[in-house]
Amino acid sequence: MAGLRLEGLRKSFGANEILKGVDLALADGEMLVIVGASGCGKSTLLRLVAGLESPTAGRILIDDQDVTGRDPSARDIAMVFQNYALYPHMSVFDNMAYGLKIRGLPKSEIRAKVDAASSLLGLDALLDRKPRQLSGGQRQRVAMGRAIVRDPKLFLFDEPLSNLDAKLRVQMRGEIRRLQRRLRVTSLYVTHDQVEAMTLGDRLLVMHQGVPVQLATPTEVFERPADTYVAGFIGSPAMNLLPGILGRNGTVVAVEGTEIPLGNRRFARPDGHPVTLGIRPEHVALDPAGTSWPVEVVELLGSEMLVHAGRADGASLTLRLPNGAALSDTVRVSFPAGQLHLFDRATGLRLEAVA
Amino acid sequence: MERRTLFPGRLLPALLILPQLALTVVFFLWPALQAIKSSLEREDAFGTSTEFVGLENFADLFSDPLYVAAIGRTALFCVCVTALAMGVALLLAVLADTEIRGRAFYRTMLIWPYAVAPAMAAVLWVLMVHPQIGLVGAWLNRIGVAWDYKLDGTQAMALVIVAAAWKQVSYNFIFFLAGLQAIPKTIVEAARIDGSRGFHRFRTIVLPLLMPTVYFLLVVDLVYAAFDTFATVYAVNGGGPGQSTQTLVLKVYLDGVVNANIGSSSAQSVVLMAGVIVLCAVQFRYLGRKAVT
Ligand SMILES: Nc1ncnc2c1ncn2[C@@H]1O[C@H](COP(=O)(O)OP(=O)(O)OP(=O)(O)O)[C@@H](O)[C@H]1O
Ligand SMILES: [Mg+2]
Repeated sequence: MAGLRLEGLRKSFGANEILKGVDLALADGEMLVIVGASGCGKSTLLRLVAGLESPTAGRILIDDQDVTGRDPSARDIAMVFQNYALYPHMSVFDNMAYGLKIRGLPKSEIRAKVDAASSLLGLDALLDRKPRQLSGGQRQRVAMGRAIVRDPKLFLFDEPLSNLDAKLRVQMRGEIRRLQRRLRVTSLYVTHDQVEAMTLGDRLLVMHQGVPVQLATPTEVFERPADTYVAGFIGSPAMNLLPGILGRNGTVVAVEGTEIPLGNRRFARPDGHPVTLGIRPEHVALDPAGTSWPVEVVELLGSEMLVHAGRADGASLTLRLPNGAALSDTVRVSFPAGQLHLFDRATGLRLEAVA
Repeated sequence: MERRTLFPGRLLPALLILPQLALTVVFFLWPALQAIKSSLEREDAFGTSTEFVGLENFADLFSDPLYVAAIGRTALFCVCVTALAMGVALLLAVLADTEIRGRAFYRTMLIWPYAVAPAMAAVLWVLMVHPQIGLVGAWLNRIGVAWDYKLDGTQAMALVIVAAAWKQVSYNFIFFLAGLQAIPKTIVEAARIDGSRGFHRFRTIVLPLLMPTVYFLLVVDLVYAAFDTFATVYAVNGGGPGQSTQTLVLKVYLDGVVNANIGSSSAQSVVLMAGVIVLCAVQFRYLGRKAVT
């Protein structure tokens, strides 16, 4: 039973506070994916858990044991780095066996473990090679192998797939997911990639400038983003966000003077309250009776296309339409009530309907 | 990645390397040929006539017990200087590579000895270890150690080894530090996470990745100790007491210039030249092998 708990974790480099209090609990065997913009402190968080940096404040508990002050070598974790960090002077076998040798395992046991891991990852034929004789994908696998032979309490992944080409990334993504499900090792996985974020983890943590802003299942984060930052960050292309005013007793939003009904939902804010209306590009509907938007750019993506429309006042809107949809200089669109998200414009926080 | 600049024609490239070639011819090739020539000749006692004697000078050299002893002494000197200079430099570089306060100051201080002229360095050491006026030397005698490098050959040898090594530590330090900093941090971090600590991590990860630097410095230091320590050794004790610090380079000078035995001295310099060529060949081989194995 190896869970992970972070309590009030903070980290400053000099005067810069990079992590501003992270609280987190992972159940045994859970995989948590961490996403956030570049520089928001994802790697720093991972390095704190690994023990490569020491926190300014807060505690790290693995398996209910406080490991905050412990050296990385005493934490029983494994980490897969973005650049793999294989030992260049050792063969694939020795790369994987290194940690086991340090633990003083008998030779036969080391051999058995390395063999098991390498056949799991399809590395059997490569055991005698040096890292420089491997392709990027193979190196990635060796890095994975080095992590799993150790049978650690915790896996840490720092953007492990970002140096691979698109096709290999899809394949390795599937493999990592299968491996993690099979081995059921508690894992933290940092990524930039939307698809990895949505598909890999049991839960998703969105970070923004050193603060965790939403921690939920990927579906929940996608369907009910906690604030405008998450709404704009998760989903590609990003959710459309339009400034509006709440009206008619909290049942409509007026955008540019056009009232958009919110269905049978009602929001407990006074009329005239400034809000941000959110709708994903795939939910915007073409509607001859709707409001009109001048088309600026059309991007063809194969099976579908993205239409970027903009108005003179600076408001912009992106639509995702099936390829071949009839278009002219302007599109007329409407916003289906069931697909609308509402956020408080002042705080950016999500507003929930009262009924 | 190698960058090559191509100059057009033949005249310009020839012109550009001419100064260097001229220097090499005047200050190396010509004297070298001269040395080879006189190593095959013998002068009479008054320097009035010379006769061609073939390899006789060389034969005499290697049957001279003093020369054979000098070879052994030089080998010992080289090995000790190299080991000491590299060991100390590596230790200092490892310390300087860690995150410490005042790191820049510390590094600058370590690089300074390289800028001190060899004879100056020797004088500095002499002033420090002189049996009567030297800080360390006088102190040793006061606590009952019979320290006098002017009488005791072993002590003299130890002193020239330390003085020569001290000069070379800075050079080695710069290369070791650069080598250490070229090792990707994540590799060392991966080893930490794998459970490796302290000296074990140094031995299994850092040192193997530093081997190209080690090979390079090994050759450079051997060449330095064998051929480039004349000023230091000569300034400390002139090769004495007796012959106890007479290395091969010193002997060339003492036999040729001081004792005017040109034939033998030339033969000795030809032997030394052969030594330099061998070491340089080794160095080129290792420099050619840039990749980590
Ligand atoms: N050792 C350090 N000293 C000073 N500042 C640092 C240090 N390490 C990281 N930072 C700063 O901390 C911030 C967060 O860095 P971090 O590497 O955690 O970002 P990240 O979320 O992993 O970004 P990316 O997605 O680009 O990898 C950055 O602004 C970075 O400049
Ligand atoms: Mg990062």
